[in-house]
Amino acid sequence: MKVTLWGTRGSLAAPGPETIRYGGNTSCVEVRGHGRALLVLDAGTGSGILAMVALRLGANAAFEPLYEPAREIHIWGPPSPTLDLRTRLARYLSPPLFPLRLRDLPCDLMLHNVPPERFEVGGFEVEAELVCHPGSTVGYRISEGNRSLAYLPDHEPALGVRAFPAKPEWTSGFDLAADADLLIHDAQYTTEEYQQRIGWGHSATRDALAFATLSGARRLVSFHHDPTHDDVMLDRIDAAARAAGDVTFALIAGTEGATFEV
Amino acid sequence: MSQKAIELILMRQLASSLAMPIFLVDPLGNLLFYNEPAERLLGRRYDETGEMSMKEWRTLFAPIAEDGSPVPGEVLPLSIALHKHRAAHLAFWLKGPDGISKKIGATAFPLEGQGARLLGAVGIFWEES
Repeated sequence: MKVTLWGTRGSLAAPGPETIRYGGNTSCVEVRGHGRALLVLDAGTGSGILAMVALRLGANAAFEPLYEPAREIHIWGPPSPTLDLRTRLARYLSPPLFPLRLRDLPCDLMLHNVPPERFEVGGFEVEAELVCHPGSTVGYRISEGNRSLAYLPDHEPALGVRAFPAKPEWTSGFDLAADADLLIHDAQYTTEEYQQRIGWGHSATRDALAFATLSGARRLVSFHHDPTHDDVMLDRIDAAARAAGDVTFALIAGTEGATFEV
Repeated sequence: MSQKAIELILMRQLASSLAMPIFLVDPLGNLLFYNEPAERLLGRRYDETGEMSMKEWRTLFAPIAEDGSPVPGEVLPLSIALHKHRAAHLAFWLKGPDGISKKIGATAFPLEGQGARLLGAVGIFWEES
């Protein structure tokens, strides 16, 4: 698999000269495998960069299919006990929050709740599990052959745990991340910031490291950077994480445009 | 051992933070977790026992009815929550580790996850005056 980060920022986009190295766009990750399928994890503002790059390369433009009447587009999202995915998306993608409505898209748009069992998308095996984050939120494990990517950009596994990490069976997201070749994980806050934001659904970098150690991931990409953290601050957080002690995996600070072979 | 469902994990985390005794059981009635206040009801510490099968914890938890007879397992609120998928309440007497019997109120409710999956049940206890 080839994994490219097109948006690494959390919560709010923060583009500008102060965030140019790590990037200011919100979560979007491109996953390509041996087949022709393009898997896009999250459609934050980084998806705009993905679309521009696709156009520049003259490839099958990432979002052109949305405007092709005969094209089937599938979107998977977390289940909800009350509203289906179309209704939830339509609430956001409609005026006055957004100028177009979902129904204005000419493509044949198919929306799916992620099923509780593994499913296949374009040659990828996908597992989705509800994880610790306000509302109905899922993390993903994407596998191709014997390689795996775990994607948990909105995750607070330390919430309410007295001594994190707990045992694996009592840790949110553990099964998704277990022995993953690449783990992309929420690392939004410093330890001090986290104390003021407990329950907001995101992790301190310290907890992301502990989660990666517990899960046995081979590489950790810190992700979902706080919009108030500029490049200098993220350098400091990354340096502090590396200085905190031995880790059993490669630690990589998520930067916009970074590509990983999995 | 694979990871528990997130609903169970969050329920345990909530129970860990509350001051009232709480049991968390799986669909078979096995005791997955009990918080510190509940340790007084069982006379055991969770850190020592870990999870317990239904048979194990029922030998430690022997409620007595008003007439002095043992409360049958099937009328316990946790059992009703699991088997009839509804909340239930019952008051009974329970002898603590100190040998003193206390009147205990118990309420249980099932934990139903998305897709109507029965994940287990929660029992909450308090001392009745």
